Amino acid sequence: MNLKTSTRQVDGVNIVDCSGRITLGEGSIVLRDIVKDLLGKGQKKILLNLGDVNYIDSSGIGELVSAYTTVRNQGGELKLLNLTKKVHDLLQITKLYTVFDVKDDETAAVKAFR
Amino acid sequence: MLDSTLETVDSAEQTATEIANNCGFAEDEVLQIAMAVREAAVNAVLHGNAYDPDKKVKLDFVRTEQDLVITIRDQGKGLDPAKIPDPLAPENLLKTSGRGIFLIRSFMDDVQISPSQTGTEIKLIKHVHARAGGGKEASQ
Repeated sequence: MNLKTSTRQVDGVNIVDCSGRITLGEGSIVLRDIVKDLLGKGQKKILLNLGDVNYIDSSGIGELVSAYTTVRNQGGELKLLNLTKKVHDLLQITKLYTVFDVKDDETAAVKAFR
Repeated sequence: MLDSTLETVDSAEQTATEIANNCGFAEDEVLQIAMAVREAAVNAVLHGNAYDPDKKVKLDFVRTEQDLVITIRDQGKGLDPAKIPDPLAPENLLKTSGRGIFLIRSFMDDVQISPSQTGTEIKLIKHVHARAGGGKEASQ
């Protein structure tokens, strides 16, 4: 299943609920577009809820890194929420788990934005 | 022979899943094998053949007594494994690409990369456990 997203706002934080796969092609493009769209609207607090993302390939990992650095370079913050075990393990072996700010509780994650 | 398209990448992953399941690998190993094949297919289609419609990808699965051996060949310029940067090096951690071969090596028991002027052949090997049964060979 390709990536599907829906965005909601909680206390000024844009929570992007993602489901499906973030892989080379459409999945990565969907993620890129949603982050670009939010930044274009001046929304720089982004929480990617990956709770229903069951698969990410190396292109998807690259897209997450790109989203993280793009948001950060524009003075914003991007955090990850609710990683599945598969995604958690992938971020561990690629040493990205400590690069991203990863949360497992939405309320705490929203409060963690400055 | 497969076209240099994203459909080939998806199809290679799906075939790998089916064959790894038939070989009796555990669920997490099936996922690892399928992901390694996907990454190798992405390399072949995107970096090797550069989506060139005249260039093809060949995918072979062979089950030996000890191993599942998957071979993926492209018709690109040839990938020099010595030139692949370490994606875990601090200066590379935030790069947006360059993790494919690393993931393949992480998920498989042995990986052999053979570049030539007519393309790259990558051989992915996963040892079959004693409890794994069945056996299948396929070629695309």
